[in-house]
Amino acid sequence: MGSDYIVSTPPHIRSGETIEKFMAWTFLALTPLVVAGLYAFGFFAFRTLILSILSAVAMEAAVLRYRKMPIVISDGSAIITGLILALTLPPKVPYWIPIVGGALAIFFGKQLFGGLGYNVFNPALVGRAMLVLSWPSIMSGSWFTTLRELDGITTATPLTAAKAIKAGTLIGDISVVYKPLLFLNRGGCMGEVSALLLIIGGLVLIARRVVDWRIPLFYLGTVFVMSILTGNNGVFNILAGALIFGAFFLASDPVTSPVTRRAKMIYGICLGLVTILIRFYTSYSEGVMFAILFMNSFAALIDRYTRPITFGTVKAK
Amino acid sequence: MKRIKRGLIFPERYDEAKKALGRKKIEEISLPEEIIIPMSQHIGAPASPIVSVGERVLVGQKVADSEAFISAPMHSSVSGEVKAIEPRLGGDGKKVLSIVITPDDKEETISFKGLSDEEAKDPDRVRAAVREAGVVGMGGAGFPTHVKLTPPKDKPIFDVIINGGECEPYLAADHRNFLERGDKILDGLKIIMATVGAKRGYIGIETNKIDAIYHMDKLASSEGNIKVMPLNAIYPQGAEKQLIETILGKEVPSGGLPSDVGALVQNAGTAAAISEAVRGGRPLIERTISVSGHGMASFTNIRAKIGTPISHIIEECGGFKGKIGKVVVGGPMTGVALFDLSVPVIKGTSGVIAFTVEDTSIPNPRPCIRCGRCVDICPVRIMPNYISQYIEVDQVDRADDFDVMDCIECGLCSYVCPATRPFIQLIRHAKAKIIAEQKREEK
Repeated sequence: MGSDYIVSTPPHIRSGETIEKFMAWTFLALTPLVVAGLYAFGFFAFRTLILSILSAVAMEAAVLRYRKMPIVISDGSAIITGLILALTLPPKVPYWIPIVGGALAIFFGKQLFGGLGYNVFNPALVGRAMLVLSWPSIMSGSWFTTLRELDGITTATPLTAAKAIKAGTLIGDISVVYKPLLFLNRGGCMGEVSALLLIIGGLVLIARRVVDWRIPLFYLGTVFVMSILTGNNGVFNILAGALIFGAFFLASDPVTSPVTRRAKMIYGICLGLVTILIRFYTSYSEGVMFAILFMNSFAALIDRYTRPITFGTVKAK
Repeated sequence: MKRIKRGLIFPERYDEAKKALGRKKIEEISLPEEIIIPMSQHIGAPASPIVSVGERVLVGQKVADSEAFISAPMHSSVSGEVKAIEPRLGGDGKKVLSIVITPDDKEETISFKGLSDEEAKDPDRVRAAVREAGVVGMGGAGFPTHVKLTPPKDKPIFDVIINGGECEPYLAADHRNFLERGDKILDGLKIIMATVGAKRGYIGIETNKIDAIYHMDKLASSEGNIKVMPLNAIYPQGAEKQLIETILGKEVPSGGLPSDVGALVQNAGTAAAISEAVRGGRPLIERTISVSGHGMASFTNIRAKIGTPISHIIEECGGFKGKIGKVVVGGPMTGVALFDLSVPVIKGTSGVIAFTVEDTSIPNPRPCIRCGRCVDICPVRIMPNYISQYIEVDQVDRADDFDVMDCIECGLCSYVCPATRPFIQLIRHAKAKIIAEQKREEK
């Protein structure tokens, strides 16, 4: 038409929120944790982090190129996937683990479904699950090496220890465990290094409305209540392991969680129940990863059954 | 304070602009070089010209009419000569048969004759007068008013609401109408109530126009059955069904009309036009328009003659400031972006907004990331995320299952979407397909 003016459908003003800003805030919210992780685990953690991010970004670019789509790395989603995957790995895994993991996460977790927004499962967790299933000894054994070399401690991660000594002796000593869990926990992955920093990061995301408060709250709440009901220590079970990290940064991932408010509450409760089931009644010590992957597959279904009632449509008429 | 349950309170910067505009008195502007009167300015049958090229017309003279019930006649807003009857760009950017008039500066007027107080008590005469004056809803959609004044016999109207929501940023035409033509709005409300036999009248005004609330409250204080209702300023409070929800606490059934809950809603400017039509026989030939946006040299409220080209209005209001990215007719949330400024003001034009290039949002639609903001904010509680995804893969029947037809196209889903998805575009496409399908099945 040769017009000088832009023509598009309404609305003509927008809130200014973008996917990029969401990702940037997620990155920012995780920064204190990354710093603490690097402090706790040193060079190995740094190496794992960088390799995981680079691998994820490279795979993203390669697949987008193959699909003849614009190579958009700037949306930040691949970087976040790589970062989150690294935070769930034992810091001292062999160098090829984060490389393979990052690539698997993007390929099987995200691009195979159609890319950002279309993936059913949390990509970072898909990557981690494939690593755990393919190289179980590396993925569980690397915890100990880290710890021995750094601190001379020979115990396992707090949760593994708790499982081993279920009889009760540890529960008594657990107060000793709280402080490191909150501030600087050198057992486990970088994502478990400090519950306090995680909570702060999570609250930032909630305040920015990148994350809806319902999923973390109902998830943590359910784990707390169920722990007590099954005769376990509620506070310990919230602080230990990947639960807080999972609740704020994995389960609440918008793409793979439900959309409606009611669905988010139900989702959080189900996550808590599944986590408790795995933690207390299977041979796995940590239930967060599989609980989230399991519930991911129900996200759309829960949405369907919690659909809001459309304006002006009266029930039972 | 009353408000709808879901919606958006706009950021301060928009509210400031709106309040500043609300303090500007309505100004008169000069005559343009030509007046363009499109034959279709509202929902309903288009009118047909009843004048011919070369004929001289006077201010207020009827120039087009229609036999159809859901239609309204058009009148010349100036005195002058009919220059052409040809397709021109209409208010929504589509070509439509229009009467083009070259104004002379004589402003020669036909003699208007209103109804006597006694005659104004006869509903049929009021409806006839309103129709003859070409009054249509001035809030945007432009539904012929005499049709609204003729509710079905089995659905009595109890409550009449004057819509002073005007909830979109950058608009203050109704705000000024309340302050400067408040007596006419109140009179219009009384005429509507008497005509449809309603018992109660409400004037709903958002609290960002507090002076309008006080003014109308003072005017209406002696009327026992009319109440001014202050409303929280929240978008889209001015949408008809949402306003009824707020003021009467009733939800208009899906697919239904306000008369289903015994209510009738009229825009404030329309009420004033009804008063003018009934009392003075004055046809609807001009309206109040807000000219604003940061691409305008100044914010102005004007009285514009129907048919005035937008380009003339922009010039009269001081012209553009900066590089212009987008010019919108109507509000920023629901208005139409223009590609050509020769289109005229029509009866439903509430504002002209110029956006600078910096202000212009250029959508870069991305896949949905299921953040749920659109679902949280949707005032009719549908799920724009799923609906838009179904339409993208051409599953329009699934979108229909998700109540896409109930969408009021308020635009909030797109406003909040971090993936800037083109919801309105997709939803309009789906609605058109569903309606076409229904028509085919009826045959």
